[in-house]
Amino acid sequence: MNTIRKILGVVWLLLGPVVIYFLFAGAIHNIDPHGKKDINNPVIWVIIITIFLPIAIGLMIFGWYALKGEYSRNTTDR
Amino acid sequence: MSEAGVLRKVIGASSLGTMIEWYDFYIFGMLAKTISTEFFPEGNSTAALLSTLAIFAAGFIVRPFGALFFGRLGDLLGRKSTFLLTLVLMGGSTFLIGLVPGYQTIGIAAPLIVLLLRLLQGLALGGEYGGAATYVAEHAPPGKRGFYTSWIQTTATLGLFLALGVIMVVKMNMSDQRFNAEWGGWRYPFWFSIILVVVSVYIRLKMEESPLFARLKSEGKVAKNPLKESFRKKANFKMVLLALFGAAMGQGVIWYTGQFYAQSFLETKVALNFEQSRSILLWAILLATPFFIVFGWLSDKIGRKWIMLAGMLLGILTYRPIFNTLLTDAGTDQWNTEISNSTVQKESKPLANTSDSLIQTITHIEVSNGATYIKEQTDTLKVATGTIAEGKPLIKDKVLPRPVYWKFVGLVFLLIFYVTMVYGPIAAFLVELFPVHIRYTSMSLPYHIGNGVFGGLVPFIGVLLQTTFTTDPLVGLWYPIGIAALSFAIGLIYLSNKIDKDVTD
Repeated sequence: MNTIRKILGVVWLLLGPVVIYFLFAGAIHNIDPHGKKDINNPVIWVIIITIFLPIAIGLMIFGWYALKGEYSRNTTDR
Repeated sequence: MSEAGVLRKVIGASSLGTMIEWYDFYIFGMLAKTISTEFFPEGNSTAALLSTLAIFAAGFIVRPFGALFFGRLGDLLGRKSTFLLTLVLMGGSTFLIGLVPGYQTIGIAAPLIVLLLRLLQGLALGGEYGGAATYVAEHAPPGKRGFYTSWIQTTATLGLFLALGVIMVVKMNMSDQRFNAEWGGWRYPFWFSIILVVVSVYIRLKMEESPLFARLKSEGKVAKNPLKESFRKKANFKMVLLALFGAAMGQGVIWYTGQFYAQSFLETKVALNFEQSRSILLWAILLATPFFIVFGWLSDKIGRKWIMLAGMLLGILTYRPIFNTLLTDAGTDQWNTEISNSTVQKESKPLANTSDSLIQTITHIEVSNGATYIKEQTDTLKVATGTIAEGKPLIKDKVLPRPVYWKFVGLVFLLIFYVTMVYGPIAAFLVELFPVHIRYTSMSLPYHIGNGVFGGLVPFIGVLLQTTFTTDPLVGLWYPIGIAALSFAIGLIYLSNKIDKDVTD
């Protein structure tokens, strides 16, 4: 199980940049000064990207820790 | 006072205050349409920007910031004084929102003041929950932490119940015009808050500090810099990340989908009548709320992990069938053959700058099974060609027949039942994950990112998906399903089910 925990660390590590890519792609695709929906509003995208960037980086750090064995069972029983 | 009596007082005082904070936070969201008309008029770009900030920044940025700000205070000064401060801040802001004159009276100052007060609400909410959960958990005896903290876990749902109930009572006792007027009924729920807050502050003032924190203070072991210790020490930071991605993130989307997305789905997609959609939610909340306590209690016996993960898994597997049933069982197509009565109102209005005119047809339909609904259609009469361009019919104000109504109560109950599974044990789970000297800070942040950010994004991502995939009315559900699945996978693999018996370390 500890091996699976470590290997999956790579997945979480890669998921961070994927999230960041989709955030920016979503913003570029949907921001529209003439649109009336929330998804067309640049201010909302700025807020969401501001808050999600550190979260995505957090996911990458989580993946890194997992890869390094920080979550192997004997160390997470606390 | 006996130990049991003290504990009852601790739970009662903490839960009451937290419930009031939730009530305060919800009424703004529930009255958003009226508030928007009153303070953020359409066509004014500054007001529109302030409105966006009031809605999005309060939940997404200020709540997590409040968790850090008050979490730090709670670990430095104590739990009691900090969550007393958040209550006063929240209650004061709510009451003042009810006193701000409208845009028509004081101009741009109105939305500016409301924005400021809304941000203060978000800040206070960010600080309240962690304090209340920590305070109760640090009073609870070993083996009963899940049970005692589960009372705190009922407060978010009871706050919603109270907010729904108060608004519904006010609305039912006056006309829409009186309710929506500048100094109309929509302000009453804000004013009502001050009574609740005064009572709660009075009770909380009489409480003692958490015994664990008091001991920590007397021994001079209070954290010097809780933020640094929580997020720069690997041993703690990795647990913050695990708490967020393995539990709080999934819990947040299940929580939001069950209580808020369901309500908006009933009102906008299913097009139910206001009173019926609200009363369905009220019944479901009333029936499901005891299960917060049941699952909190059960988590003391079998551990927190599997209960929370089971709640996420049930959501992942059944969201689409449940929401699909809500949509199809209220579909008017199946009632078309059973129409017992219908009254039609037709009105023709000339279109400006053209000889064409609009023909609006409003049909009130009664079905033999007891259902009623309104069908609205606006067609355009083109005078030049003598043709009519038919508009899309709009179905609204559906009133369900009794058996379908109770079936809907059952389905929404199921959605909130999942909320009780993920939410009931999570306070005890978070408390046990972190050491006492940085507990308030460390547990508050993942909780508010999970609920405020991941949960709060459910409607936004829903619209985003709906815009891209227009044919599937349930496409918005893939966001909570996907996030819950990710959190389930992380929780399954990395979380331990071990209950930490000693939270004094």
